[in-house]
Amino acid sequence: MKLRIEAISVLSPTIRRFILAADDGAPLPVAGAGAHVMVSLPGETRSWRNAYSVVSGPGMRDHYEIVVRRSQQSRGGSAFLHERAVAGDRLEVGLPQNFFAPSRIAGRHLLLSGGIGITPFLSYIRTLHTPFELHHCCKREDTPAFAGLLPSGATNIVLHTNREELNFRTLLAAQKLDTHLYCCGPEDFMNDAFGAARHLGWPEAKIHRESFGGVVSGAFFTVHLKKSGLTVQVRQEETLLDALEAAGLEPPSLCRGGACGECELPVLAGIPAHHDHYLSDSRRAKNDAIMTCVSRAHTSELVLDF
Amino acid sequence: MNLNLKPDETFRGDFSTRNSDTAILRFPFPFHDDKYMYAVNLEPHVRGGPTAAYDAIFDLDEHYIGECRDRALTLAEDPLRCQVLPHMIEAEWDTLELLMESLAFDYPEHFTLTKSGTDRHWVNRPLGLDRNFTFGDASSLPLPPFEYITRQVQGDFTLHDQRENTLFMDGGMVTSQADWSLNFDLGMTFHEWHGPVPVAHELGVFDRALAYLMRLPYGKPVRRLNWTLTVHPRLDTSPETYPIWGPDKATITPANVGAHMCLRVELQTLTRLPRSNAILFGIRGYLIRLDELVRVKKWAMRLHRVLRDLHPGIAEYKGTSRYRQTIVDYLGAFDDGSIISPGTGSEQASLREVTTA
Repeated sequence: MKLRIEAISVLSPTIRRFILAADDGAPLPVAGAGAHVMVSLPGETRSWRNAYSVVSGPGMRDHYEIVVRRSQQSRGGSAFLHERAVAGDRLEVGLPQNFFAPSRIAGRHLLLSGGIGITPFLSYIRTLHTPFELHHCCKREDTPAFAGLLPSGATNIVLHTNREELNFRTLLAAQKLDTHLYCCGPEDFMNDAFGAARHLGWPEAKIHRESFGGVVSGAFFTVHLKKSGLTVQVRQEETLLDALEAAGLEPPSLCRGGACGECELPVLAGIPAHHDHYLSDSRRAKNDAIMTCVSRAHTSELVLDF
Repeated sequence: MNLNLKPDETFRGDFSTRNSDTAILRFPFPFHDDKYMYAVNLEPHVRGGPTAAYDAIFDLDEHYIGECRDRALTLAEDPLRCQVLPHMIEAEWDTLELLMESLAFDYPEHFTLTKSGTDRHWVNRPLGLDRNFTFGDASSLPLPPFEYITRQVQGDFTLHDQRENTLFMDGGMVTSQADWSLNFDLGMTFHEWHGPVPVAHELGVFDRALAYLMRLPYGKPVRRLNWTLTVHPRLDTSPETYPIWGPDKATITPANVGAHMCLRVELQTLTRLPRSNAILFGIRGYLIRLDELVRVKKWAMRLHRVLRDLHPGIAEYKGTSRYRQTIVDYLGAFDDGSIISPGTGSEQASLREVTTA
């Protein structure tokens, strides 16, 4: 669907909020807690598709609200939104999809976020009917931006500007048995949190993660495509999926975040660098499949059956 | 769409229900080919298909009033046919919204939904219902939202929570089922409730179907067909009432097979619900007597071949052993053995008259 940028607010030098709505004001499809939309963004030579959490929550049908951080090594998408987008622009926006829905059977929720990883939790806290506790870590200079997105005076929401003051083991050890853990943020932040949970014996069923983007950049590599006969170069800042699309191919894809499994392609030669959350450890070890949206290569070349 | 609603039909006792010529021609015949085997036969559920049964997102037909009445009778006898676990309350509202919006869109002459903020005004003219309520406030409806709306739609529904890398059957309205029990399956995982199905596990059908459904997108529902055979056009063939309908299986003879035996087809739809992230599984059943079905030449020939050559394990699982040969003999009289094209459409604009031997 085509949505118009109704308003842009500058929350910090690197964080902006966008309000998107239909031209005719028609009600938008429901975006549940944790849902994201895929936004197509025009670039110099091609368009980019980025996933952004809908922070406005399911109760809002007249607009979607997204919060975008300008990525330092922007592939084009967040740079466009920060540098070129103006109110009135029309953007192609996909239907909301959800790879990070809160558990309906949890007795309580522990939400841990780092930086822009807070965005899915902004819709959680508008929706959850069960008790929750949110700990958010960010840089000191970003504190006003995030504080402005959160309800003020809530004792179950804590902002941290020093990672050291947030001890995951202590925090997790104090949780009750019916607590589910959700974490969204930089890779090392999530690894620390989930590592602490596993160390304390938390069952996997109570650990929830979503990772947009994650590792998208890395060393340049070359992909040979057996079926189409093409050779495609994957630059440092682009994903394999993006490179395939830029070459005029139409590979399968859905979430573009390593979560859904749709973009799996068979690997005939070379060793993939797996960054997805879909393939099991045993599948990864076989090195016979790659999720093109987030994974790259350990070898300088890959041969794919595509 | 003019539904030509029949005001007074029964699906038990005297089984007064009949399919009109229109209803026969719109029947969702399930067999593309002369052979049947389990497959992940999911396809996008968009309006339009081989017959008019695919023209709406939730199909209603001339049996609407009678089927809703039969559901009410079954629920009065056994309230456990409708159960939803407490954590599925958002999915209940998702279901109510989806069904009301779909019916009002596809059948505006029969249903009207007016919205203002969270205020709703729902009018169901065929059942004579007119209700103002507040979306999200269960106390504003006479029944829980899922039960309220599914009492007003043909077909069974189940609700599936997605967690722990599988789907759980955490709710349902099941009064017209092919011998399975919601009360027994409630809370089971995808592989648990499919446990009894033969052959398909070995084919990997359930692993692949589950992997697909786990990433079923919002706004892109899918459908598939399933089928079985039922004696009489009886909606409620549940394990709980087996003593009532089970003995019917022993009554089929060459003389009554055409009038008593029915092909039961389920047009199953799977829809991602937005607030709950749950999946709504719709099981819209259609019953057609064999002497109605044989009025479509292609369907008579194809059903004959499918049943004649059916995998023995599937034939046993579908409970057909007692009467399969009787049906095959009956249908064989309509099959000249000629090659028929793939596909499920009737390929007839009107029905032929047939006289049975």
